[in-house]
Amino acid sequence: MQELGRLGFSEDQGSLLEVATSFCAKRSPMARVRQLIEDGIGHDPDVWREIVELGWLGIAIPEAYGGAGLQLAEVVPVMEQMGRYMLAGPFYSTTLAAQAILAGGTEDQKRTLLPRLAEGSITTLALCEANGDWDLANITCTATATGSGALRLSGEKRLVSDAASASTIIASVMLEGRPALVLIDRAALGPDALRREVIIDETKRACSLSLDGVEVPAANLLDQDRAGAALHHIHLTANLLAAAEMCGGTQSVIDYTLDYLKTRVQFGQLIGAYQALKHPIVDAYVSYEQTRSHVYSAAHCFGEQGVGEIATRMAKAQADTTLSFAADRAIQFHGGFGFTYDCDAQLYRRRAIWHASQYGDAAWHKAKLADLLL
Amino acid sequence: MGGSTLTDVDPKDLQAFAEAADAWFRENVNRDPGFMLPLTFMEVGTDQQFHFLRDWQNKVYEAGYLGAAWPKEYGGGGLPQAFQAEATRAMRRHGGPIFLNAIGLNWTGPLLLDMGSPAQRAKYLKGILSAEDIWCQGFSEPENGSDLGNAQTRAVRDDDSYVVTGSKIWTTLGKYARYMILLARTQPPGDRKYDGLTFFLAPMKIDGVETRPIKKLTGEHGFTQTFFREARIPADEIVGVEGGGWKVAMRTLEYERGARGGQAGGYVAVGSNAWDVLEMARKMTRGGKPALEDPALRARMVDFMIDIQSNALCSQRSGFSPLNTDRPTGVALSGKLMHSEFSRRINEFAISLNGAHGAYYVGDPNAVDGGWWTRSYLNAFSGTIGGGTSQIQRNIIGEHVLGLPKS
Ligand SMILES: Cc1cc2nc3c(=O)[nH]c(=O)nc-3n(C[C@H](O)[C@H](O)[C@H](O)COP(=O)(O)OP(=O)(O)OC[C@H]3O[C@@H](n4cnc5c(N)ncnc54)[C@H](O)[C@@H]3O)c2cc1C
Ligand SMILES: Cc1cc2nc3c(=O)[nH]c(=O)nc-3n(C[C@H](O)[C@H](O)[C@H](O)COP(=O)(O)OP(=O)(O)OC[C@H]3O[C@@H](n4cnc5c(N)ncnc54)[C@H](O)[C@@H]3O)c2cc1C
Repeated sequence: MQELGRLGFSEDQGSLLEVATSFCAKRSPMARVRQLIEDGIGHDPDVWREIVELGWLGIAIPEAYGGAGLQLAEVVPVMEQMGRYMLAGPFYSTTLAAQAILAGGTEDQKRTLLPRLAEGSITTLALCEANGDWDLANITCTATATGSGALRLSGEKRLVSDAASASTIIASVMLEGRPALVLIDRAALGPDALRREVIIDETKRACSLSLDGVEVPAANLLDQDRAGAALHHIHLTANLLAAAEMCGGTQSVIDYTLDYLKTRVQFGQLIGAYQALKHPIVDAYVSYEQTRSHVYSAAHCFGEQGVGEIATRMAKAQADTTLSFAADRAIQFHGGFGFTYDCDAQLYRRRAIWHASQYGDAAWHKAKLADLLL
Repeated sequence: MGGSTLTDVDPKDLQAFAEAADAWFRENVNRDPGFMLPLTFMEVGTDQQFHFLRDWQNKVYEAGYLGAAWPKEYGGGGLPQAFQAEATRAMRRHGGPIFLNAIGLNWTGPLLLDMGSPAQRAKYLKGILSAEDIWCQGFSEPENGSDLGNAQTRAVRDDDSYVVTGSKIWTTLGKYARYMILLARTQPPGDRKYDGLTFFLAPMKIDGVETRPIKKLTGEHGFTQTFFREARIPADEIVGVEGGGWKVAMRTLEYERGARGGQAGGYVAVGSNAWDVLEMARKMTRGGKPALEDPALRARMVDFMIDIQSNALCSQRSGFSPLNTDRPTGVALSGKLMHSEFSRRINEFAISLNGAHGAYYVGDPNAVDGGWWTRSYLNAFSGTIGGGTSQIQRNIIGEHVLGLPKS
């Protein structure tokens, strides 16, 4: 019988949850979210600076590398509240990049790069390719050693989050037939290397990245022996954080819909009195509470061999199912208004599609769970 | 319970207690008395089952592993709740038979500790723990089930008693019970139908009370229709005040649905779990191959594993209050809905895993696991109907947790 995760909650999680809730509520009211959708870089640099000052980029970075020395468990409440208020910015990307360096970087790279990331140097990962495969080891981009000891890259990366505002991009490539991660200084990229992509979640930003003709010094190669393990760690971390962000989003789309059910009158009564609406929203709510339990369990058990992976996949699967359902019903329950751009329900539905498409949807994680559990 | 949860626990004492409990249950559990045992307290259908389960509960109580956290003065062990939790874990580990006196142990007992008078506690609590006094619940009526507030059974004051006339139905353990928690109408309804209801601790073995068995969809017995024909209940057997019964009944339902703690301990039902279903999926074949190789079946199996984990994690949520600040009662009030619906669905799934043998039922030597799965599936509706149906649970969550207008 496979052991499953437990719930746990640290004092640090508690205080971060409190601070993140009020910060995100204040800095990211819905009107601001809507404004930033129209904005080029898609986030507010002043808010980013505040986030950096709060130390949130360094939460899960060890003290030796300039961080707070806590765990990813403590990042989860922050991510959750960012999802709840749809606070835009490269927090997710940069946190994930730091984990990539921690899991796959050399000691030198950790020493030089991690303190910079903790201080808000925006960094992101370029992993996805034309095959759209969620298996991060299915890589076709390549790196080849040149005579001068540099690495010449080729191929195309897609859906690189926050690439346009990043100073560093970490790309996965094949080097001598094995996966590798390389650091790319964005300043070294040609003017046409990045193309802003049109993506379903308009609160987020992503680019495709052409690696053709890009050369990086050999020192930019992460420890290739640990690349496979690093990719696995990135995969699980991305899903943990996505599940947290989706969980927060689920709470607010339910609240948003409840407001409508308590104010809209049809046939002489509040539509929330109709069980055709009441019972599904209750189902969405109960499912939300379950998701939250899964997310905090995954956060708590993340570092445990086996248990952590199962808990994380369960959390992402449950978060996908729940946010998708809650946001889908939110559109429906707003009637004609739900069909409009002005209704916030669409923002959450788009958010759910985005996260389902990145690092695996519910069905894919369940297939993985089948292999782990059955 | 009774403030004892606040007492500091010495881990050494607790561990010694847990080890003793473990040894005791290992020694004393008899899982196979030679006849079929009920899955829950709601299917105690034969005298043989009844006597076996009553003796079992009594034995556990005498050993100190039931009611360990109830106050000493009322027959409990006076220990912190953690001790009872250890005893319950040991009972589960060794697969002890269920406790049958659920309505006493889990609903009436905590209710009396909460709202009963000292005299009522002194009179009833020990008999509940020892199983000397079996309890039943007289809430539902033939014409008023979900609409409990509309109950019409009449109780008319006459001198030092109330004279009760009417009928209750689906009375679990009605045949065996010595006492009933009874909701009856002492006044015609005023502006609100909930007015005028009174909550009684009613004796069952008196003139004017008759129980008639009802056979369940599974073929088993376990509940009755209960008729009151001018039955006389002593006037001091009221919890709360005359006319204040609705509030007491609602509190009772919170204990019944597990939304409030203070139960005596142990468990009153055994269910199917996902691991057993998984074991079966490994054994069964489809098209000559293990059923578990079928991708569609695998996907459903994983869904059940996620659900079972959802339920397990949500049962732990009450211990993590910072995660429950926005809607403090939400998780607790969802528990019954989630657990009962899960149980119904997983048993239904298990029947399909039985393949052709899904056609057998209890009593046939070829039935898989003695017909456990079909019987469990049919019995699972006791959870989705009894104690307030799943539809009513959704109304409660929608209205009381999410603040939606009444339907
Ligand atoms: C793409 C599109 C094109 C349209 N084109 C036209 C058009 O050309 N001309 C035109 O006149 N209209 C048009 N409509 C309007 C459409 O007919 C209404 O949106 C629809 O009838 C619902 O009304 P409502 O938007 O007021 O929602 P509401 O009636 O307010 O409903 C809100 C929610 O409550 C639910 N609800 C309401 N009453 C009940 C009830 N009694 N029981 C259970 N649930 C209930 C609904 O199902 C919905 O989920 C269009 C709508 C759309 C989306
Ligand atoms: C195994 C078992 C043991 C029981 N033991 C006891 C016991 O010991 N003591 C006791 O008092 N009772 C007991 N009950 C009775 C139980 O509490 C009732 O059956 C239950 O409350 C439903 O009432 P009802 O049977 O009258 O169904 P009804 O209330 O008539 O319901 C019929 C259907 O309508 C639905 N419905 C009703 N009202 C609404 C609404 N407002 N909105 C949406 N849907 C609605 C219900 O969900 C149900 O599906 C037991 C029941 C079972 C199955």
